[in-house]
Amino acid sequence: MSAPRQGIAFAAGLLFGLGLAVSGMVNPAKVLGFLDIFGHWDPSLAGVMATAIPVTALFYRLAGRRPASLTGSPLPPPPSRRIDRNLLAGALLFGVGWGAVGFCPGPAIEALVLDGRAWIFVGAMVVGMLAFKWGGGFYQTKAGMAATGASPASRAARSAAAVSPPSSAA
Amino acid sequence: MEALRDLTASPVLPGLGWGALGGVLIGLAAGLLFLGNGRIAGISGLFAGLLGKRSAAWREDLLFLAGLPLGALLFRLLGGETHLVLTSSPWLLLGGGLLVGFGTRLGGGCTSGHAVCGLARLSPRSIVATALFMAAAMATVAAGKLL
Repeated sequence: MSAPRQGIAFAAGLLFGLGLAVSGMVNPAKVLGFLDIFGHWDPSLAGVMATAIPVTALFYRLAGRRPASLTGSPLPPPPSRRIDRNLLAGALLFGVGWGAVGFCPGPAIEALVLDGRAWIFVGAMVVGMLAFKWGGGFYQTKAGMAATGASPASRAARSAAAVSPPSSAA
Repeated sequence: MEALRDLTASPVLPGLGWGALGGVLIGLAAGLLFLGNGRIAGISGLFAGLLGKRSAAWREDLLFLAGLPLGALLFRLLGGETHLVLTSSPWLLLGGGLLVGFGTRLGGGCTSGHAVCGLARLSPRSIVATALFMAAAMATVAAGKLL
């Protein structure tokens, strides 16, 4: 991959990390305070979503007018509309883990340099991801495998086209 | 930077302000990665992608992820408070990490991929996933307080 792409990726990661730190998202206590709607609710992290989503959307609109990204790679296809059991079960499990500790993946990776205990969380996260990867066909419905790109075939297609990984979430 | 520390520690209004400022930075980051490289800033997906066979984009994905901790260090350099309050026991960290790792792969995304990027694209999948994981996380926090 080219130097401009790597520069863009690094700058984006740095900005993302700075944003997580500035907002307080990187701090589990702050996140748990935001999730504690029945207790002493701290609404400040609502401010993150309120600006992050429209700013991102603005860039997506800009990109949508172009045939390709600035570095020439294809833009991801429009989001899938498939709502299936995998999506629901995955979101539920993720939510329970997030609410139990206050870490989601970005802040947890960022916290590796801030608190040694984050290594326990990220280590377990890796194990959870590998458990999915190796047992993917077992846990997932066939339709879901196509949607999240867990099948070997779609993974190969993805790396060949260098479009976005399963993260495409979207 | 006493002022900065006071602001980040204090409740509601200043907190919302810092949250909104952080959100702008996160939006710029996700937007830059999409417009520049044609990629969606889904952290769980990018991270999981590095666990397997090297994809064509593994170098840039690694650089993006390396930027996250460096962003925290940059914030500290600018005078920000980066002390974390983490009350979970090691066992809870372990269990939470397992659920987050497995759940984000099964559900195809986390807070960044679904709640930021997916909602920005009005993805139906992401709208459902975000509503569900927010509700599950809130219920877990509420349940944890009852125990």
